[in-house]
Amino acid sequence: MFTVSRSSLTGWGRTNPSVADVADVLAGELPSVLKEAGPRGVLVRGLGRSYGDAAQNGGGLVLRLLGSATDAVLDRDAGTVRVGAGASLDELLRILVPRGFFVPVTPGTRFVTIGGAIASDIHGKNHHVEGSFGNHVVRLSLQRADGSVAELSRHDDPELFWATIGGMGLTGIVVDATLRLLPIQSSRMAVDTHRITDLEALFATMAEGDEHHRYSVAWIDLNAKGRQLGRSVLSRGDHARADQLPASVAVHPLAYGPKQLVAVPPIVPRPGVLNHASIAAFNEFWFRKAPRQRLGELQTISSFFHPLDMVGSWPRFYGRPGLVQYQFVVPFGQEGTMRRVVERISASGAASFLAVLKRFGAGNDAPLSFPQPGWTLALDMPGGTTGLGELLHGLDTLVLDAGGRNYFAKDAHTVPETIRRGYPRLAEWQAVRRRADPLGMWQSDLGRRLRLADD
Amino acid sequence: MDNAFGQPQTILLLGGTSDIGLAIVRALLSPVTRTVVLACRDRGRGEQVAVSLRDAGVQVDVVHFDGADTETHETVLSEVIATHGDIDVAILAFGQLGEGEATGRDVAAAVHLAHVNFTGAVSASVATANQLRRQGHGALVVLSSVAGERVRKANFVYGATKAGLDGFAQGLGDSLVGSGAKVLVVRPGFVHSAMTRGLPAAPFATTPDKVAEIAVAGLRSGRRTVWAPGILRYVFMVLRHVPGPIWRRLPLG
Repeated sequence: MFTVSRSSLTGWGRTNPSVADVADVLAGELPSVLKEAGPRGVLVRGLGRSYGDAAQNGGGLVLRLLGSATDAVLDRDAGTVRVGAGASLDELLRILVPRGFFVPVTPGTRFVTIGGAIASDIHGKNHHVEGSFGNHVVRLSLQRADGSVAELSRHDDPELFWATIGGMGLTGIVVDATLRLLPIQSSRMAVDTHRITDLEALFATMAEGDEHHRYSVAWIDLNAKGRQLGRSVLSRGDHARADQLPASVAVHPLAYGPKQLVAVPPIVPRPGVLNHASIAAFNEFWFRKAPRQRLGELQTISSFFHPLDMVGSWPRFYGRPGLVQYQFVVPFGQEGTMRRVVERISASGAASFLAVLKRFGAGNDAPLSFPQPGWTLALDMPGGTTGLGELLHGLDTLVLDAGGRNYFAKDAHTVPETIRRGYPRLAEWQAVRRRADPLGMWQSDLGRRLRLADD
Repeated sequence: MDNAFGQPQTILLLGGTSDIGLAIVRALLSPVTRTVVLACRDRGRGEQVAVSLRDAGVQVDVVHFDGADTETHETVLSEVIATHGDIDVAILAFGQLGEGEATGRDVAAAVHLAHVNFTGAVSASVATANQLRRQGHGALVVLSSVAGERVRKANFVYGATKAGLDGFAQGLGDSLVGSGAKVLVVRPGFVHSAMTRGLPAAPFATTPDKVAEIAVAGLRSGRRTVWAPGILRYVFMVLRHVPGPIWRRLPLG
């Protein structure tokens, strides 16, 4: 039987906390657990990598779904895997990569659960080619508020299927899912790196060359100003074929064993150690260390996709105020807006440790899915920066006026009106949610803050 | 729910026409603010105050609330929550000053002051804290006073109510540790406001806006007690230990 403990929870940015009853449960226990739900409702939480309050439910019940990828069922012929929603991409990759398969989409960390990946409809460096995580979900089973479990797919209750993808856990609990996989010949990435001097050149280079690569992302130095505004390092890659591997690697082409090198201890000076000076110095170093151009370099999966995973609990570097991540998308043709956003951040002096620019391809049918065709920028800023709330509020207006929107999984600052403008299909999602959960069992701090369930 | 910068969406002011309370509300306003609930005895005056806040683009709800009418406090709180959802910051700002030493010689007046300033404040605080505990987040700002730090004869009934309230609020804050809710005790010195109009200012006199600035900074940095101005903390460290005969003679207004 499950035990409940009262705990304070935050997102990965370690900002706005709330206290909830937290319990680890098995999928089979869910129907009986849900009977214990009080007026503050229930939410499932994965590995807590959403930056804001998406995986919190103050005063309510927060469940962590037990289960691991060792129970995953791989269908080699179909190229699919059926896996419990509580398993992480990390566990899944350790099983899949040595068998010659890769997850269809990975974000910048492999410490996310399958359920969380579906709920946030996450994207990765391959969005311009292959879309977001939800595009590759063949089917899923959803624990509903009434205790039943629904089988959902593009053919079985497609409305609830798509409302669950990107639905931030507010339509039910994903219990397991079947994902379409990518066959790979090696565990190495063949990577091209280019140093790019300014923003215009970056837009042009990415627009031209991205289609030739499965993965593409640019890191931008947001501390650079004037002629150097938008200087960046563009990194593009593909899974290396067996014939691209040197003899030393070709012996075990699918060897995979990512490691965490170091973890940040819980005691960091209160104001944190990431400030304007240290961040500017890091960005300078990162830009200088990149080659002007280097083609076909072999990198491991973790150094290409998950470099920050090598440092455990890295947000602790930001100290007590935590960090705020801001991510938005603007449609193609709105490069001018993107430029103005970059100029404002650069001028504000709000230091950003890592800012990444990415081209999105087509979106999918999920009404609350974040990606849409255009440019997306994601940046980290110390939460204690003076005037940051006002800066981001101003940027929201620019983004919305350009037809763009914010990303729920990153959000910790915005207001209900922003979401209503950015997600015109919200009402459609709300109607599906009301049908699936008329009593409003599924609740979260993010949902309450952004009034997602209200008309 | 506060956002990542400690900017609240919903603010409840108990004592909806209090100068210091309103100054704290104004200092908390941001583009994120959705609703301010002014809970006050005189709804007419509350509506007058609401106009300036509405001009700032906030939705304002004026509700009837009488600090002395403790029987109604839980009902008022639950109605506010039913209408507006979670409370991110509640400010307990109602209270009366009394008539100085005269109040200390008038049984009815003394009891009334103690009832409003202490009993009423305890009642409203407990009702508010219960809600914050249920929602797992939120802050209660309690306006105490340095008058309670060491009670002086010039306003000893008032001072005693604040001494009691201060101790109560500290204990309430301790009892809420681990619940997600927190209490901030604000100890202003002499504040130029409607409440003190016509009174001679004491040393280190301050303004509602200054008190508000200090209170909001305290909320954002997670402090449990703040003094306004900050130097009063050290002044009272000394005054607390001044021998009685000297204390009684000090010209403290």
